[in-house]
Amino acid sequence: MSTTDTTAVGQGNTTPSGTSLLEVDDLHVEFKTRDGIVRAVNGVSYSVDSGETLAVLGESGSGKSVTAQAVMGILDMPPARIPSGEIRYRGQNLLTMSNEARRKVRGAKIAMIFQDALSSLNPVLTVGYQLSEMFRVHRGMSRKEAKARAVDLMDRVRIPAAKERVNDYPHQFSGGMRQRIMIAMALALEPDLIIADEPTTALDVTVQAQVMDLLADLQKEFHMGLILITHDLGVVADVADKIAVMYAGRIVETAPVHELYKNPAHPYTKGLLQSIPRLDQKGQELYAIKGLPPNLLNIPEGCAFNPRCPMAQEVCRHELPPLHEVTDDSGRPIAGRGSACHFWKETLHG
Amino acid sequence: MGRYILRRLLQMIPVFIGTTLIIFLMVYALPGDPVRALFGDKAPDAATLAALRHQYGLDLPLWHQYWNYLSGIFKGDLGTSYSQQPVASILGAAIPVTIRLALVAFVIEMVFGVLFGVISGLRRGKLADSVLLFVTLIVIAIPTFVIGYVFQVVFGNNLGWVTPTVNDSYNITQLILPGIVLGLVSLAYVSRLTRTSVVENVRADYMRTAVAKGLPRRRIVGVHLMRNSLIPVITFLGTDLGALMGGAIVTEGIFNIQGVGNVLYKAINQADGPLVVGTVTFLVIVYLVASLIVDLLYAVLDPRIRYA
Ligand SMILES: Nc1ncnc2c1ncn2[C@@H]1O[C@H](COP(=O)(O)OP(=O)(O)OP(=O)(O)O)[C@@H](O)[C@H]1O
Ligand code: SF4
Ligand SMILES: [Mg+2]
Repeated sequence: MSTTDTTAVGQGNTTPSGTSLLEVDDLHVEFKTRDGIVRAVNGVSYSVDSGETLAVLGESGSGKSVTAQAVMGILDMPPARIPSGEIRYRGQNLLTMSNEARRKVRGAKIAMIFQDALSSLNPVLTVGYQLSEMFRVHRGMSRKEAKARAVDLMDRVRIPAAKERVNDYPHQFSGGMRQRIMIAMALALEPDLIIADEPTTALDVTVQAQVMDLLADLQKEFHMGLILITHDLGVVADVADKIAVMYAGRIVETAPVHELYKNPAHPYTKGLLQSIPRLDQKGQELYAIKGLPPNLLNIPEGCAFNPRCPMAQEVCRHELPPLHEVTDDSGRPIAGRGSACHFWKETLHG
Repeated sequence: MGRYILRRLLQMIPVFIGTTLIIFLMVYALPGDPVRALFGDKAPDAATLAALRHQYGLDLPLWHQYWNYLSGIFKGDLGTSYSQQPVASILGAAIPVTIRLALVAFVIEMVFGVLFGVISGLRRGKLADSVLLFVTLIVIAIPTFVIGYVFQVVFGNNLGWVTPTVNDSYNITQLILPGIVLGLVSLAYVSRLTRTSVVENVRADYMRTAVAKGLPRRRIVGVHLMRNSLIPVITFLGTDLGALMGGAIVTEGIFNIQGVGNVLYKAINQADGPLVVGTVTFLVIVYLVASLIVDLLYAVLDPRIRYA
């Protein structure tokens, strides 16, 4: 299949002029460990605009969370270190800001939702306290005022009987309700950008969709940027505008969402897509990418994916493929598309 | 919560009866005839002995003696010592001294124990942490009477900062050095416990959330970390306060402090059964009340307990 319909593709994308809401530029993160230096992020670049959803995909250990934590500024340094790269929020480099200036961005301008709401909420403080803390610290509100805002927030994320439940503790809520509280906390100060790191993975299948819908609705309502980290390719198709696929701390493919599903330009993405269970393939064995993710202490030379890649050639073992622009049949670059594969053309048309 | 308190109070009844019965039986089983011992070498005539036995109720059946003892407790009557003084009034003079000493020790171990523990926990693996671990290990390893004598000689005799022995047991400034000696081992335990708890909690997910919320560091540490880390520490402190009220025999002996520990020591030496039983009963009550308070505090501090 070839890509001919390029006009539809451009719509969900960033206009190239001006600065984006958030730009991660050639970010590197490494961890000093007893066994050596773990290179978790090796030159990641992505950007998000207001109202836009970027989905970050990739196997466990590919550096999705570490990148997000670097953006939030919640990495423990040490052991983490950011040897190079920039993270720009509205054009300002967060990495060179003072601690105090950075703190004021956290939670207020860029907020994060974590995977496990039970362990991410403080077990000995009421949810009302934890929500109102945002208003008290960042807005200097009184306890009473802030508590009232906390109830509003709980209403907003559709927690029933918010007024009665505001003084309850996290363990008294169900998993889905707890994640709503995390969402409410992230939303409290109406940030410009929300980073959701696998927000539904820890939930029952039945409530996953509800929580995801809520998040998507609120994002639209507040016109926020959203970075959605997930393993769930089904969710991505519904809510994301564009996708970045990560492997061994690099972005191996970027594309507008439907482009990627229709026509992946990287063998790894292709493998991921083939491993989604599909109704029309019932009974057939599920495809899985062979082999294991690389050891980040010792990432393979050349293309990190080469030991597992069905299309690998000699060149793949020596030369690191840059993120190539992906072009359509007539040779014009497709907006927002890139593939870090020497053979992206063959993959695209294969 | 009310139900929890009630359940906890009911649980105290069998514990109270059990412990007092054990104390009573143990003292009863002590070798020697205490009434005869009152006369030293002289052998009293049988009539005098019988009269004295009757006076102390020693001629009654064992269960009856226990009953008298138990019902006495609730009337505030802990019996009469062989020195003819009511046990309650002997303790009444000693308890205020012990409370003063215990409070000095308690404040020292709490304030410095938590402070050192938090500093060390937040700087795990750094110099301050290693120093704390080393020093506390030494403090725990050295017996209290050694530390007590060394401090007495150094600060009392050599430097002359304090009087080597306490001549007014009610004077709290004289109790500071003994208080340090008494609280030192617990101080070491409190610092270690605080440190462990801080280290455990500092990496918790909710701490990461607190940072991501953009809270200032003093709030992250002071509210989010402390509220969780101090739960086991407060439990220990509460139980230890109970122990401090009665466990000062060594310290009170070294510094000549006329507290409960001293009373107990003398009572045991003189085989004064009623005084031993009365004193130990008092200690048991203190201990039970302390552990009740600890449990209630625990429930207040950790909502997961309250609703379990
Ligand atoms: N504190 C740390 N010390 C050492 N290595 C770390 C640390 N935190 C993360 N790493 C390493 O960084 C790599 C990337 O981790 P990351 O959490 O970003 O993966 P991920 O893509 O989010 O995976 P998952 O889907 O499992 O969440 C992992 O291999 C992990 O071992
Ligand atoms: S560069 Fe080579 S090894 Fe890497 S994905 Fe492309 S074909 Fe496979
Ligand atoms: Mg992750």
